Amino acid sequence: MSAHDNIHDNGLLRFMTCGSVDDGKSTLIGRLLFDTKSILADTLTQIEKTSTKRGMDAVDLSLLTDGLQAEREQGITIDVAYRYFSTGTRKYIIADAPGHEQYTRNMVTAASTANLAIILIDARKGVLTQTRRHSFLAHLVNIPHIVVAVNKMDLIDYDQARFDAIVADYQAFIAKMGLFADGRDIQFIPMSALNGDNIVDRSESMPWYTGTTLLELLEKAPAAHTGHAEPFRFPVQFVCRPQDSANPELHDYRGFMGTVESGSVKVGDLLTALPNGRESRVKAVHLGGEAIAEGITEQAITILLEDEIDISRGDMLVKSGEVPAQKKEIDAMLCWLSETPLSPARTYLIRHTTRTSKAKLTGIAYKLDVNSQEQVEASQLVMNDIARVGFKLAQPLFADPYSQNRATGAFIVIDESNNNTVGAGMIL
Amino acid sequence: MTNKNLSHLDWLEAEAIHIMREVAGQCERSVLLFSGGKDSICMLRVAEKAFRPGRFPFPLMHIDTGHNYKEVTDFRDKRAAELGERLIVRSVEDSMKRGTVVLKTPDESRNKHQSVTLLEALAEFEFDCAIGGARRDEEKARAKERVMSFRDEFGQWDPKNQRPELWNLYNARTHKGENIRAFPISNWTEMDVWQYIEREQLELPSIYFSHVRPIVRRGGAIVPVTEITPARPGEEIVDLRVRFRTVGDITCTAPVESDADTIEKIVLETATTTITERGATRLDDQTSDASMEQRKKEGYF
Ligand SMILES: Nc1nc2c(ncn2[C@@H]2O[C@H](COP(=O)(O)OP(=O)(O)O)[C@@H](O)[C@H]2O)c(=O)[nH]1
Repeated sequence: MSAHDNIHDNGLLRFMTCGSVDDGKSTLIGRLLFDTKSILADTLTQIEKTSTKRGMDAVDLSLLTDGLQAEREQGITIDVAYRYFSTGTRKYIIADAPGHEQYTRNMVTAASTANLAIILIDARKGVLTQTRRHSFLAHLVNIPHIVVAVNKMDLIDYDQARFDAIVADYQAFIAKMGLFADGRDIQFIPMSALNGDNIVDRSESMPWYTGTTLLELLEKAPAAHTGHAEPFRFPVQFVCRPQDSANPELHDYRGFMGTVESGSVKVGDLLTALPNGRESRVKAVHLGGEAIAEGITEQAITILLEDEIDISRGDMLVKSGEVPAQKKEIDAMLCWLSETPLSPARTYLIRHTTRTSKAKLTGIAYKLDVNSQEQVEASQLVMNDIARVGFKLAQPLFADPYSQNRATGAFIVIDESNNNTVGAGMIL
Repeated sequence: MTNKNLSHLDWLEAEAIHIMREVAGQCERSVLLFSGGKDSICMLRVAEKAFRPGRFPFPLMHIDTGHNYKEVTDFRDKRAAELGERLIVRSVEDSMKRGTVVLKTPDESRNKHQSVTLLEALAEFEFDCAIGGARRDEEKARAKERVMSFRDEFGQWDPKNQRPELWNLYNARTHKGENIRAFPISNWTEMDVWQYIEREQLELPSIYFSHVRPIVRRGGAIVPVTEITPARPGEEIVDLRVRFRTVGDITCTAPVESDADTIEKIVLETATTTITERGATRLDDQTSDASMEQRKKEGYF
């Protein structure tokens, strides 16, 4: 068997873990890495040493996800860290964001690229305020797959009745709050991260549980898009014009380069270029220099059109008949990321797909309490606030509602004075 | 293509292409750091896929410590010529002549001093973005590194002052004097890199493959015996069959014992290895858990 056969190939899944301090998030990630044999001996030796130094008798798997020097000194992780492991059939990227209340922004950041969220609940404590917050954020950022992991089952004697009660509690809570009401995929797993029950190996202590282990579930979760037909969205990143007059084939070459954010495109499709509205058919689709029949979601391709149309970075190619709204005013949910509060008086930049526009706040409708989802009045936003806001824009955006299309519904806000990314927005 | 899910390598490649095109679209003067090592060899293939039939929208640059294996620098020059792209080489030795790099002792590793030369080169050409081949799996301090990592006028990396990165909306904006380090293969692991090299049939410098070389064993590490790194008194020189997992400054890159003389064998060996790339091959990172982080704050990649 060649090495190639080993790796086939169920794609790549990005997921995140959410939990409050001490729910066992680090232990869970450590366990996944350890049980899939993703931890190499020297790393293990290092954490063994640290464990001993700190006076522990067993290896503390949570040390594997330990962070930077400054954070280590404070004894907490304060940012999103990315971890990798592979099962041989699928590669995983874990976004590890801390559960502290003040770090809503980190969770939103981690969630923005995740296709699945593991929400950890301590079995002794059940559904807490933090659980509600994490669930709300996962809902807001529209993560397609949710796993509610009821951890530390070993501390409640692997009691099925307690597990069932937590599940019922959680379901009542999301029903009441209207979370995940779109029929999103939600799974519940009783586990012990410490002992490895139902993570990679099936638990012998919970014969009553007949569902899948966490890893089985991760292996099965659809990796990328939901699969249902989505309109074709192609923000142009870069225009390739070799202008090689010596080479007749390249003389008039004009390739529109970008990533297919949703849908697909075939040779012969009739496309509309935005904002100018001109139409042309697809002459060729190239992937890494080779012609392909169809470009699909997430592929980075080059599109050649039959007619010469003036298109530049920031424009968008879509299929004629599926043209998104052109918006000069947007209504959005905004998470504020910066230590400097949002100023209603200032002009910001909004980056949406590959397009950048000046933008001004037109109003804050309300702020949301992330724990209770209550709407509260607000005149300004500070870091970690989430609010419904309006912006008016100098340039139109070609946008879909975020709930329908994460790529063309999302934007970031940039502060021009220091070029920081200060806000994350989701268009309603 | 009928398969609606990308394979993991397809996905990683698409992401890397997307990031390079963002750099090209957002930055005025970028540069791709090319050392002749495996990670930057992958980046060149990604750049071809991102920009051909056009030319790369950036030159290539190598910061040469003067202590690189000849096989690697020869390969570097050959590859740049094959691609028909411009290669800039700036050397730590020139910084030493200028007095901007001062070694504590003549045999001190020049590796960490690359930072100075790199910053000088960025200033010389007014580059606002340098594309590098660092990966998050290499080291703990890298796990939180951004894809677009912001450096201030002094080239410093402040872990507390990094821009949040959401969705695939990268922010590479800078003011004059500041710069971005962009890492298109952030999400690749060592295994992904070898698998990609195998899939794309990329050519590598010969020292990545098993060969016989004189070495000494020093404190558990295999130290190659070269003019720059001679054996110390009392050390026994032996010929060993080795390969390099990573190539860099001679004074701080160690080979591993291996019979793997093809990419396929290297991929298999990587799948079963028990030691991390850095742990096995870097002679300078072992001093402290936090040494990489310290160097990054000072402007290192
Ligand atoms: N008994 C038991 N303890 C656990 C379990 N998971 C984690 N812990 C312990 O709970 C504490 C907090 O875990 P940690 O992973 O650091 O939590 P984090 O703050 O969410 O990352 C540690 O002492 C773990 O050993 C579990 O399933 N059972």
